[in-house]
Amino acid sequence: MTQLTGEPLTNSATAVPDVPARRKLRFDNRYVAPLFITVILLVGHLSYGILESYQKTALAIAVAIIAELILGRIFFGKWLNLASAYITGISVGILVRSPAYWPYALCSLISIMSKYVLRVKGRHIWNPSNFGIAVLLFLAPETMAVLSIQWGNNYWSLLVIWILGSIIIWRARRFHISATYVVSFFLFAFLRSWITGDPWQAEVAPITGPMYQLFVFFMITDPKTTVRSRTGQCLVAFGVALAEFFLRLDQVVYAPIFALFFVGPAANLVEIWWDSRKTTVATADG
Amino acid sequence: MPASRPAKILLVLLFLALLATPLALKRLAARREVGKSKMDTASALARYGLFFQEVAKSSGVDFVHQAPTLDHKLDHIMPQVASMGAGASIVDFDRDGWQDIYLTNSGEGSLNRLYRNQGDGTFTDVAGNLGIADLNQPGTGVSMGAVWGDYDNDGYEDLFVYKWGRPQLFHNDGGKHFTNVTEAAALPKWVNANTAIWFDYDGDGLLDLFIGGYYSEDIDLWHLKTTRMMPESFEYAKNGGRKYLYHNLGAGKFEEVSAKLGINSRRWALAAAAADLRGSGHQDLFVANDYGVSELYFNDGQQFHEVGEQTGVGFAPKSGMTAAFGDVLNRGEYAVYVSNISEDGVLIQGNNLWIPREGTTGDGQRYDNLSRALGVEMGGWSWGMQFGDLNNDGELDIYLTNGYVSADRSKSYWYDFSKVAGGNSSIIGDAANWPAMEGRSLSGYQQKRVWLNDGAGKFNEVAQAVGATDTYDGRAVALVDLWNRGVLDVVVTNQRGPLLIYKNTVSPENNWIDFELEGTASNRSALGAEVKLFWNGRQQVQTVSGGSGFCAENQRRLHFGLGKTAQVEKAVIRWPSGKVQTIDNASVGHINKIKEPS
Repeated sequence: MTQLTGEPLTNSATAVPDVPARRKLRFDNRYVAPLFITVILLVGHLSYGILESYQKTALAIAVAIIAELILGRIFFGKWLNLASAYITGISVGILVRSPAYWPYALCSLISIMSKYVLRVKGRHIWNPSNFGIAVLLFLAPETMAVLSIQWGNNYWSLLVIWILGSIIIWRARRFHISATYVVSFFLFAFLRSWITGDPWQAEVAPITGPMYQLFVFFMITDPKTTVRSRTGQCLVAFGVALAEFFLRLDQVVYAPIFALFFVGPAANLVEIWWDSRKTTVATADG
Repeated sequence: MPASRPAKILLVLLFLALLATPLALKRLAARREVGKSKMDTASALARYGLFFQEVAKSSGVDFVHQAPTLDHKLDHIMPQVASMGAGASIVDFDRDGWQDIYLTNSGEGSLNRLYRNQGDGTFTDVAGNLGIADLNQPGTGVSMGAVWGDYDNDGYEDLFVYKWGRPQLFHNDGGKHFTNVTEAAALPKWVNANTAIWFDYDGDGLLDLFIGGYYSEDIDLWHLKTTRMMPESFEYAKNGGRKYLYHNLGAGKFEEVSAKLGINSRRWALAAAAADLRGSGHQDLFVANDYGVSELYFNDGQQFHEVGEQTGVGFAPKSGMTAAFGDVLNRGEYAVYVSNISEDGVLIQGNNLWIPREGTTGDGQRYDNLSRALGVEMGGWSWGMQFGDLNNDGELDIYLTNGYVSADRSKSYWYDFSKVAGGNSSIIGDAANWPAMEGRSLSGYQQKRVWLNDGAGKFNEVAQAVGATDTYDGRAVALVDLWNRGVLDVVVTNQRGPLLIYKNTVSPENNWIDFELEGTASNRSALGAEVKLFWNGRQQVQTVSGGSGFCAENQRRLHFGLGKTAQVEKAVIRWPSGKVQTIDNASVGHINKIKEPS
């Protein structure tokens, strides 16, 4: 499967014997996520007109893909599969809200470049679109905001996206990440309600919006920007929800974006440090 | 990675440069703002050709708007809900040649005002004596705005007051008194309206009336049966008030025909304006909606056809709060301005300036939003605006007011607002789910915008420099030549704040010409008549409007700035009856009074 802004999620458990005829018919799992997010985009837009404009979304996707092609060629010496870049671009195209064109292009470009620049021991440590969006929210708040409204007025679209998304990440064996985050979010929402005295519905409200659907299904499940162990992934998801809890108490509007921005790389750095420590010990023991 | 070290260094440098780009753009924008801070009159006149001086109190106008106190179930968010009602409309109700000001108030028991222009620079409130002040008694709702139109063609402008409550129609009895004719007109018993306009949609010479509901008409905001009365969505709400189109049957009778003619919307209307956008001879109707897309109704003379999405103006849902037409490019066609919300880092909707796309006409008319390109996009939490040539240079400028709730300067409600606004309909739609405001501001204390059109495709923001320096929670803007000097003064109402009159001083070398029209076959107010003026190789079209902006109505008189040109080639008047009249000898520096030829 995939994440919204980084690498396509793949599911080794669903792999089948590599029979040539079947290989021709088989749908490559790398394209499940791009397809899913495209469906979300189309359904959301055709039903409710969620996009700022077709041109801006197209611009974000085009910039992401071109940047990935060029940088992949230069730095990896090959033409990379573009599913990841497509997801980054379309995520930017959906999530960024700006009357101007340049934030879409710049956000996509910064997102893709972050994968090549911000690397530690061969791994990029930020979810690309999370990085790009968080940076622009910080640097250009007068020009851009993030999608923060709902798809529409009823529960059906909400339900369809949650069910479809859950099935897909279940197949990709990353459901535990999303589930941990969602459960944690609700617990912290009730805790915030108790602390602030605001209605619990107000605290729960954000997760009923589309930004969270993209966040839960695509961003925090990004294989390349979360840790590898199942327990670690759950801990990171919980950590994101915890950081978001504190940011929300401080009334930060885009709390989840910034929570992931801080917690994701921190967890990766810990894992990288832990891996290198184990390698050092193993080498010493050997 | 196979890439060389220099390539990696280059990549890092490029990355850093990209990160620095927004900061560089911000610095460039800041540099452009230098020199636009407060100026003295002489400097502003020399540089921008105008200067505003606020003169309300010294002119005898001491109006301060009062907000209503709605059902106590809304106490926790009262400033957010009870946030409208300061309306302003201009009229010469007694036909003495001086423009008067009618203001709506919204506190229970508060009084509306009619400031009669004494002609000596002062104003006197005569609303009480004339019977149009006491319209906000408990149980009847409170006023939101008013529009004037001579519905019976007797030569005196009649008054329609729309309310969150029982709308009221008053007949003007020769400028001496007003008679309440609501019952006879068979107007609705209760509408939570925030917009209404007079226009003659069928060209029969009798003014018709459009009323746009905001909250559903089933709701009595003082006696709520439920707190589920908020919009079901921040951008896709369709649970607002219904729309009414009252066809004028003559003899003071009206017939409601909205559904019959194709107007069925339940979006949350905040502004409406009408003009013949396609040169079809029929008045088209534009409705700016809060919590959703704008609607544009093409009028074919028989039916209205909603073409918002088709034309482009109804594609992206925003928070429409004003609607006005202006020929900003001097091409002889109308652009449409719609104000929305922009708050740094939270919600950047940007205001819209819909310009007719070149090469599209008639039913194929399309619009492009060029507000960013022309520099009139960011206006904060924008409310009322109007087009007008503020410095008489021959180009239409923009005056825009803004600001939602100015309370505690140090505390913002935006976080809580955005939290709930993004929620599902079951959450956002229930006022009980909204966190308490607790004295916090929501886009408060904002600086106003005066955008001067440079005639070369750009508007420059000069509000502070030319004296528009207030930071009240502005609502209605109306443009009017209050002292018959050939300049446009600005009347601004403020929610829970004082009325402001910005007296305009304009650079004397710029000339002007005004037209005051009176219909004969057409409606006598001449609403919908348009004047296309040609001078010095230039042209500009303006239409006589029965309401535009937010809860506002400009003066009837059409005002054209001419720059340094001292004569005009011709003025072509297109009357609503279809007659076309060409005036070759219009007098520059004068009010040209034109009666529709028989």
